[in-house]
Amino acid sequence: MSEHHNHGHDDHGHGHHDAHAVHYSLKDYTIGFTLAVILTVIPFWLVMGNILDPGTTRFVIMGFAAVQLVVHMVYFLHMNSKSEGGWNMMALILTLVLLGIVLSGSIWVMYHMNVNMMPNMGDAAEVMKHGSHDMP
Amino acid sequence: MSEINATMNGAAGAPGIDAGARYHVRDHHPENGTMLGFWIYLMSDCLIFASLFATYAVLGRNYAGGPSGAELFDLKLVGINTAFLLVSSITFGFAMISAQAKNLAKTQLWLVVTGILGACFLGLELYEFYHLIHEGAGPARSAFLTAFFSLVGTHGLHVLFGIVWLITLVVQLGKHGLNVENMRRLSCLSLFWHFLDVVWIFVFTFVYLMGTLP
Repeated sequence: MSEHHNHGHDDHGHGHHDAHAVHYSLKDYTIGFTLAVILTVIPFWLVMGNILDPGTTRFVIMGFAAVQLVVHMVYFLHMNSKSEGGWNMMALILTLVLLGIVLSGSIWVMYHMNVNMMPNMGDAAEVMKHGSHDMP
Repeated sequence: MSEINATMNGAAGAPGIDAGARYHVRDHHPENGTMLGFWIYLMSDCLIFASLFATYAVLGRNYAGGPSGAELFDLKLVGINTAFLLVSSITFGFAMISAQAKNLAKTQLWLVVTGILGACFLGLELYEFYHLIHEGAGPARSAFLTAFFSLVGTHGLHVLFGIVWLITLVVQLGKHGLNVENMRRLSCLSLFWHFLDVVWIFVFTFVYLMGTLP
């Protein structure tokens, strides 16, 4: 109840910031969309047209994904270091740390398991080793 | 509701408690916490996807003698799907801009367009799944396919719930208009929808594009 009560007071500047501080502008969305299209089309073109050798393509498209992540975060999700008093950014950083641990940990552990515990499985081990190498 | 209004009016009418009110306003300034809470939910959702991506990273090349990604994936289809989701992102943006400009009809129109694009995405994905299962490449075929279906399926399920939410909001907007509550809901859904697009970037990069590479 007191939540609502306080919110009622917050409303005194009618129409100014009804729900939130984020300002949605056509310019932001247009820039974001244009960049996102470019950053999507290039990786598809690289893979479908066999432009570069596979090893290089892998790194290049990973780079494009990372850049596109930032573009979406900034222009679509309206992230900045000040939103919600910095707590949005803190939660994001925590998530990125956990993500790094989960992803690199899984890949690292499974790679070593494949290498160390299945020495005589011939083809299967080879395939798995190969797989762990290739995956991000 | 009427009780809240009564206290509101009471507070506004009495200048004596204004100082106290101001204190509370400062205290609760970060948009009463809903947006932050929703953001934290999205971050926890990120962790679900992270574990599914990790599973796919570990199992993604264990074909068990079955078909590989290079043989199964149709990049043209994936490209069209990506386009649907990307365009739906900007149409949602148009809905938010219209909502900000207090244009109810336009907001609803853009939300409907977004929902249709989402449904197209989902339809194409279901067609792909159906096609794969029909070819004998269902989730039970190999570890790779299990990981693939769990990851892409979970994303698809999120899109489905997003569409349900979109429909609900269009009805809500029709009933109550662009009031504070609906604006808050719109901002949450905006985060959710754009978040799904972010996840899809990694799905098409790591699963489809990298899976097609030799």
